Amino acid sequence: MIDLSVKLPGLQLKNPIMPASGCFGFGREYSEFYDLSKLGAVMMKAATGSKRPGNATPRVAETSCGMLNAIGLQNPGVEKIIETEVPFLASYDVGVIANIAGSTIEEYEAVARAFNKTDDVHALELNISCPNVKEGGIQFGTDVAMAQRVTEIVKQASRLPVYVKLSPNVTDVVKMAKAVETAGADGLSMINTLTGMQIDLRRRRPLIANQTGGLSGPAIKPIAIRMIYEVKQHVSIPIIGMGGITNAEDVLEFLLAGASAVAVGTANFQNPFVCPEIIDELPHVLQKYGFQSVQEAVGKGIAR
Amino acid sequence: MVKKQFVTVKSVSTIARDTIEMVLENEYISNHALPGQFVHVLVPSHTLRRPISIANVDQKNNTITILFKVIGSGTEALATHQPGDTVDVLAPCGNGFNLQLNDMQTALLIGGGIGVPPLYYLGKALAEKEINVISILGFQSADHIFYEEEFLALGETYITTDDGSYGHRGFVTDVLHEVGPFDQFYSCGPTPMLQAVTNKLKDKRGYISLEERMGCGVGACFACVIPTNDDRGYQKICKDGPVFKAGEVVL
Repeated sequence: MIDLSVKLPGLQLKNPIMPASGCFGFGREYSEFYDLSKLGAVMMKAATGSKRPGNATPRVAETSCGMLNAIGLQNPGVEKIIETEVPFLASYDVGVIANIAGSTIEEYEAVARAFNKTDDVHALELNISCPNVKEGGIQFGTDVAMAQRVTEIVKQASRLPVYVKLSPNVTDVVKMAKAVETAGADGLSMINTLTGMQIDLRRRRPLIANQTGGLSGPAIKPIAIRMIYEVKQHVSIPIIGMGGITNAEDVLEFLLAGASAVAVGTANFQNPFVCPEIIDELPHVLQKYGFQSVQEAVGKGIAR
Repeated sequence: MVKKQFVTVKSVSTIARDTIEMVLENEYISNHALPGQFVHVLVPSHTLRRPISIANVDQKNNTITILFKVIGSGTEALATHQPGDTVDVLAPCGNGFNLQLNDMQTALLIGGGIGVPPLYYLGKALAEKEINVISILGFQSADHIFYEEEFLALGETYITTDDGSYGHRGFVTDVLHEVGPFDQFYSCGPTPMLQAVTNKLKDKRGYISLEERMGCGVGACFACVIPTNDDRGYQKICKDGPVFKAGEVVL
């Protein structure tokens, strides 16, 4: 019997698979395809202090082995999310991670504090790496001092474990990881999307209305693996890995690189059943490569 | 309810310039698809599915028909399917046209280019309810025209072409004044056409169907949105639409 369970700060997961923030809404749509209790956890779409309309369209473009998106953190605001979306997810036996975002440190703090009033959110994912908003987001994730500051403030404001979602759009991801660990992060989630652009040949203009978008999908998987591999060797907090996962072999690769659990994003759009299918397949893949548990594989790919 | 289904390709034909008609067999979809709904089609070697409206349903033979224009690598790949191939689709997606209108006697369908297909399935459904159907169909030029006979079988049909190579020269809105009285209109086509149509028919009850680049196709990713004229903010084209009341959304 292969043991898929994972214990992380705030989270006792039956398996290491969770849909990534922004790719799964608040779970309602995919609950029409399968029972969300099958998942290890759900990472909710980002919450901001008040309702955000998001960017103009087009918001997505397909690329080779991936896609660009610039949704712009459209969400109904943290209070509405706590009122209507969190109770929905609480009706399932699944870990709930709230992704929090903001334009200012004060907004991050307020959103973090708002989630204190519900018992149905088990951890926060601090989004300092959204590349698609004009203010905030990535600027907190590409500046070491600001990343540290926002992590400290959110840690003080929240009673929940905080996973800081790192941006790959930096020269030295290890430095950023160490900085947020020092600031009190309970874990890391990595990687967010890479800033990219596509130009429409007919219109001779960037295809996405926001001009740039975040690149996701299998195209970015080697970057995610490399970054997790590097960071794992320099921090002692756990990593939730993500970036182009489409199958159980990919999951094992992330575990070997040092991730303790993983999130699946873009692949949900191709196959709404990708998460439960990976969960069913994972024991066979672990066994095939000589592991009896998820836990056992974490970091085993790092050359010593 | 949207389900992930495998459909079998029954036939593939080019029915106008760059325009492919594909008949797909699947019992669940043919039994549940309503006019205005779409299928979200997985294309080999492509990350994103392609949303394609349902142009016809044959419940007796368990088939649906889709029509699409080959304009990029995705539709090119889709067009290479052969009869017998299996295709992965999510369907039926979105909300279709409102058909429950007891007082309606005459409906006007206004389609432009590759926006014409969903109006055919709608027109058939309306005709079955013994509603009088008038159609105005606009195309770029004569070689782009399709389904003229099929629409003629439903009722009075006007064809316009941008270059005048067939039918009336000009846009669909140029023949609106020739059409007799109608109770309600239904329109699908390029955004500038929908703007012109809804503008000219401001005083009429109508429904429009929209197109946008989509991600998930089921309402989770917030990629395909359209602003509304009220306090609801953005609506999702894939889930709340693709059909909206004319005047409800900002084009």
